Amino acid sequence: MKHLLSTDGLDPATALAILDTADSLKKTLLGREVRKLPTLRGRTVITMFYENSTRTRASFEIAGKWMSADVVNVSAAGSSVGKGESLRDTALTLAAAGADCVIVRHPASGAAHRLAGWLADVGTSVVNAGDGTHEHPTQALLDAATLRDRLGSVDGKRVAIVGDVLHSRVARSNVHLLTALGAQVVLVAPPTLLPVGVADWVPGLEVSHDVDAELPTLDAVMMLRVQAERMHGGFFPSAKEYSIAYGLSEARARMLPGHAVVLHPGPMLRGMEIAAAVADSPRSAITEQVANGVHVRMAVLYHLLAGEEEGS
Amino acid sequence: MASRDRGAADPTERRELLSAGDVARTIARMAHQVIEKTALGGSGASPVVLLGIPTRGGPLAARLAAKIEDFAGVQVPFGTLDVTLYRDDLRRKPTRPLGATALPTGGIDDALVILVDDVLFSGRTIRAALDALRDAGRPRAVQLAVLVDRGHRELPIRADYVGKNVPTARSEEVNVLLSETDERDAVLLSRSEPSP
Repeated sequence: MKHLLSTDGLDPATALAILDTADSLKKTLLGREVRKLPTLRGRTVITMFYENSTRTRASFEIAGKWMSADVVNVSAAGSSVGKGESLRDTALTLAAAGADCVIVRHPASGAAHRLAGWLADVGTSVVNAGDGTHEHPTQALLDAATLRDRLGSVDGKRVAIVGDVLHSRVARSNVHLLTALGAQVVLVAPPTLLPVGVADWVPGLEVSHDVDAELPTLDAVMMLRVQAERMHGGFFPSAKEYSIAYGLSEARARMLPGHAVVLHPGPMLRGMEIAAAVADSPRSAITEQVANGVHVRMAVLYHLLAGEEEGS
Repeated sequence: MASRDRGAADPTERRELLSAGDVARTIARMAHQVIEKTALGGSGASPVVLLGIPTRGGPLAARLAAKIEDFAGVQVPFGTLDVTLYRDDLRRKPTRPLGATALPTGGIDDALVILVDDVLFSGRTIRAALDALRDAGRPRAVQLAVLVDRGHRELPIRADYVGKNVPTARSEEVNVLLSETDERDAVLLSRSEPSP
């Protein structure tokens, strides 16, 4: 595996291998005082974040450091991007400085794929940490890992993704990955927050506008934040109305089957798409998602950087 | 170490060095040796823990623990220690899947840890195991038990308990089969075709 750019096209065997590796890493580090593995010693990983992030950036940095890689964080603010340097030049500069792997988050959909093309001659691996509204593959992988932990497997499960699907790269990545791993996915949102042609993303994808009708049928529900920072138009009359119609309130949480799991990629707007009490309830796996995020990202770095270079 | 290249070359001849019965007797003898050397069950003796190195070290450790319990009436905790993340040759091969690490519930601090593996060859796997052990805790001491020692050490490492010494040529391959993973018990010696 040279790059991880998307879950669309990621073959299920590779995805499961990454999840199995993440699980092994979690078990290896369990109870250890020294949370350090020497495997990526001498490898240099640079994160390029052109958008705000708490969990993803910290998660990648911790993942790299726990594998003994040298991790450097570059954020757009305070870098030469402010002087007008292009994405391509920034990437080539970092590759020339010695990066074996570049982890990129960028507001333009397709940015990670472009980067992989520009870095092809240099041999640097690229990990997509979120490109515009397109994909966020490591988020989907950690969501799948969390579902495997809680439900035993993803295969045959019914998972709803509720909220701002239109602007959500998390939704796209999850639809592709969960479907490839055998789950039935149903997207639930007001019509204004669903892209045209969404039902064609993968065969068998279900689309609904009625949260209450779907809740009793689910093994898991993933709540999405309304991405106000990506909205340039009126998508619903008011935040309150959205919250009443689509928010996961305590009453709605009671409609879920007993074993069903609640996921959220974060950050949460407590009281908007999810009630605070639901976010903190035992059926919520939100903090496990974050913990799994580190192990999954360690696994991704392992699969990209530990073995022999492809094509060599 | 013996898991390297398994199945990669079609061996021209495979000779059975140990039959299923031989394997069982060898493990039984090793169990007696462990009991004797560690003074197992005696007063003042450190707790003993067996850690098998995946893949076949795991079942071997479990079998040793079972025999030790039969002979000495002592239950020795056992588990597995995967060394893949500590190997020195990761970048020369395609990405390897990780094996399972499962330390016994009491941990390994202050215990006498006996690493268990099927074949001892260059010693690099054991060196990786010592590195892995170092991050997992602080045993009082570490010993090594192997079913087969085939020589050709590249590091100053030796086993405390050896099932069988098998002098080999470098081009030969020693394969241990265990019913837990391979449908039968045996130790085979094969000469693989050198790659062109």
